[in-house]
Amino acid sequence: MDKFTFAVTMLIAGMGGTILTLGFMSLIMIVLKKIFPLKSEKKPQSNS
Amino acid sequence: MLDAIFRAFAGLGAGFLHMHWSNPVMIAIGCVLLYLGVKKGFEPLLLVPIGFGCILVNVPTAGLMERDGFLRVIYDAGIMTELFPLLIFVGIGAMTDFGPLLDNPATFLLGAAGQFGIFLTLALALVLGFNELDAVSIGIIGACDGPTAIYVTSKYAPHLLGAVSVAAYSYMSLVPVIQPPIMRILTTKKERETVMKASTQSVSRTAKLLFPLVITILGGFIAPKGLPLLGTIMLGNFMRESGVVTRLAKASENEIANVVTLLLGISIGATMDGRIFFKFQTLIVLALGFFAICLDTACGVLLGKVMYVLTGGKINPLIGAAGISAFPMSARVVQKEGLKYCKRSYLLMHAMGANAGGQVGSVMAAAVMLSILTGMGIIP
Repeated sequence: MDKFTFAVTMLIAGMGGTILTLGFMSLIMIVLKKIFPLKSEKKPQSNS
Repeated sequence: MLDAIFRAFAGLGAGFLHMHWSNPVMIAIGCVLLYLGVKKGFEPLLLVPIGFGCILVNVPTAGLMERDGFLRVIYDAGIMTELFPLLIFVGIGAMTDFGPLLDNPATFLLGAAGQFGIFLTLALALVLGFNELDAVSIGIIGACDGPTAIYVTSKYAPHLLGAVSVAAYSYMSLVPVIQPPIMRILTTKKERETVMKASTQSVSRTAKLLFPLVITILGGFIAPKGLPLLGTIMLGNFMRESGVVTRLAKASENEIANVVTLLLGISIGATMDGRIFFKFQTLIVLALGFFAICLDTACGVLLGKVMYVLTGGKINPLIGAAGISAFPMSARVVQKEGLKYCKRSYLLMHAMGANAGGQVGSVMAAAVMLSILTGMGIIP
């Protein structure tokens, strides 16, 4: 593989892969927040 | 007898007799690193051991990096095995609160844009004649993340380790100097004055606990080659959020991280032997590293501008600059810069979200890159 092909592949797959992965992770986080909202949790009891 | 006395005195000055011109230059560079760490407070935890290691390795005939030399033993045990950067990552995970990121998951995207400099610099390094794996190691400086840079470089271009790690840590410490001019050039006064809604911190403990677990599994399946990096940072964070292994979490972020930082720093300094380090190639690596961090900042701010437009002016584009891995320094730079233009503008928590996204982003970018290289058959 020549350097030009390598560079273009890394640019497209690298930048695209990173943004897609993190975009997907942010969606998962949104779903997690919806499934486990803050109000559904009891406040931890204080020992003091 | 006179001959014996003469030889004895000659032995005393052996260091001077075997000195190469590059040794005093590198000792001076080591002193500059110490000065930056001690007097200027630039990443002292790393620059002090790196600077000292640099001085030690440039004393001729001491043989500290030769077989059985104590620096060689540390280097082989922790750098060549990739153990030190991974142990540091456990500590980073234990130190990091991903709450601001979970509070506004869209800032994950800023963490992705903050890694684009890696790939653009990689392309530039190829244009300048570096081979594929050297270019990958140079590009990774743009992760703005010392342990990631060391992990990748020690694996695929160990001959560049000194230059890459010094560039990564030095530029990371210079973030407060490098970023503000780029932020000002790329944004308008109106954009910089944007006041963002206060962060609500509406994240449950369960979501915070599941975050490292989900990211590890998901990230691991997408880019398995980066799992050591991702897995260790998320292990540290899981221990922190679980609250049941406080001793382990505290040890990871304090004692373990401190000991490993010392050993890591001195090992990196030990790679700065003048005869090896003093090459034109090193200067190019340093220049490309600087370019990578500038590009990261620019890409982050530009995506911030896109988000500003898409949200109808609700997002201050300055927080895009925090999409790099220099945590929490970059977020503080954004906060300071925002306050200059609007006294009511408290960007810190939003910038912290982008900054935490940058931490995950840098690890993911490295993981994606390694997996692509595997897919292309360049690495096994």
